[in-house]
Amino acid sequence: MRQGSKTINIILKVWRQKGPKEKGRLETIPVKDVSTDMSFLEMLDVVNERLTLEGKEPIEFDNDCREGICGMCGAVVNGIAHGPEKGMTLCQLHMRKFLDGDTIVVEPWRSRAFPIVKDLIVDRSALDKIIQAGGFISMATGGAPDANAIPIAQEIAEKAMDAAACIGCGACVAACPNASAMLFVGAKISQLALLPQGKPEAAERALSMLGKMDDLGFGNCSNERECEAVCPKEIKITNIARFNREFIKASFG
Amino acid sequence: MNWFINTLSSSIGKKLMMAVTGLGFVGFLTVHLIGNLTLYGGQGLFTSYVEHLHALGLLITVAELGLLLFAVIHIVIGTLLFYQNLIARPVRYKVKKNAGGRTIGSETQPYTGFIILAFIIIHLLNFHFAEHTNETLFRLVFTKLASPLYMITYIVAMIVVAVHVSHGFWSLFQTLGANHPKYMPIIQKLGIAVSLLFGVGFGFIPIFISLIA
Ligand code: HEM
Ligand code: FES
Repeated sequence: MRQGSKTINIILKVWRQKGPKEKGRLETIPVKDVSTDMSFLEMLDVVNERLTLEGKEPIEFDNDCREGICGMCGAVVNGIAHGPEKGMTLCQLHMRKFLDGDTIVVEPWRSRAFPIVKDLIVDRSALDKIIQAGGFISMATGGAPDANAIPIAQEIAEKAMDAAACIGCGACVAACPNASAMLFVGAKISQLALLPQGKPEAAERALSMLGKMDDLGFGNCSNERECEAVCPKEIKITNIARFNREFIKASFG
Repeated sequence: MNWFINTLSSSIGKKLMMAVTGLGFVGFLTVHLIGNLTLYGGQGLFTSYVEHLHALGLLITVAELGLLLFAVIHIVIGTLLFYQNLIARPVRYKVKKNAGGRTIGSETQPYTGFIILAFIIIHLLNFHFAEHTNETLFRLVFTKLASPLYMITYIVAMIVVAVHVSHGFWSLFQTLGANHPKYMPIIQKLGIAVSLLFGVGFGFIPIFISLIA
């Protein structure tokens, strides 16, 4: 083992649920000798290996890139989406953030719009449906347009880029006291509405994405700012304000 | 008409109604507080304020109807939002922590709202619907607020209003789309100042009255 690393013993309390319709419960799993160099998901891998060897069902959880860019991972750890570190996905969280003897409660994203598939895996296709409703631009295909043919001010480009950093993990919904998706939709609306290519469809987009979001059973935003606090990409609620402006423009403009 | 209904029944539409009516109440409370300050000037000043106010006649009736409409919208939509937000998370977390966004004001917004509603009913029964003339209103206010039960009720209610507005004020600007790093910090400070002003300004009146009664 690398110098400086150590091991801790933890008590996992993890949500186990066999299927969407099944009743779930928190299962207590004591885990010995967890290297503090492991990421949270690596710790779950180790637990799963042990569970499998014992002939038990492993804990199902979503993940893919494990470097904080794909948006697949996520769970509520000790009451906070993606765990205690600011601006970080669950796969980037390391066990050195925990202490020997800690009890760690792990629950799936909870929202009416995100039904549980199994254990910590939830169905986030509601977010895809919102994108399908308007999170795109329409343009004639053909030869690739010249780069920089449309001048865009640096400040605007930066704002659009900040909004586009959203990886669609759904932590905003999970953390929102109302299970609202306003930060996600606000970011998607903003990244397009800020740029010239997105402007022609901006009004239609704002209305159709909002309509879809409302239909899917998300809650309403109360400006609690919990979304902004847990967002691994630190997307700002100014994007929600921009969404509100786009909606006002589209409805009354 | 269809687009209008669609606009207002959407989630942002409902929030816009909360923001506009909430802003209306902040405006009303500001005027109400300025008027009530005449209580500190004694019976003469207060009665003259009441007479001037009532002399506005039709204007007052229109303003009252406007306030009533705003109140109905704010209460009905607020209750609807509260219900919708509850059912948006049918299974709740076993462990849930504040990640740093929520405040006492934001967390309690619906509950402080319902308490304010109860208070408004008591308040209107005490002074608006109670038997009185311009001349006897001052006495009525004094005898009511000097009783310890009413004094406590009024002070607590004003603290509750301050808590409601501490979140509501900046939140309504965010809802209306006015959030920019340039001026949001000012709006947030103004919100704290306004809620303190409401809490202390209104809340001190029953204390003052019981001191001189
Ligand atoms: C003194 C009177 C009141 C004032 C000054 C006031 C002001 C406000 C303001 C400014 C907001 C923020 C709107 C926004 O975020 O866009 C708000 C929200 C709210 N108010 Fe009031 N309000 C008052 C009375 C009430 C009453 C009587 C209720 C009773 C039901 C109530 C329930 C609510 C609720 C539930 C919200 C949150 C809506 C949401 O964000 O989901 N308020 N109020
Ligand atoms: S697994 Fe890709 S962001 Fe965590």
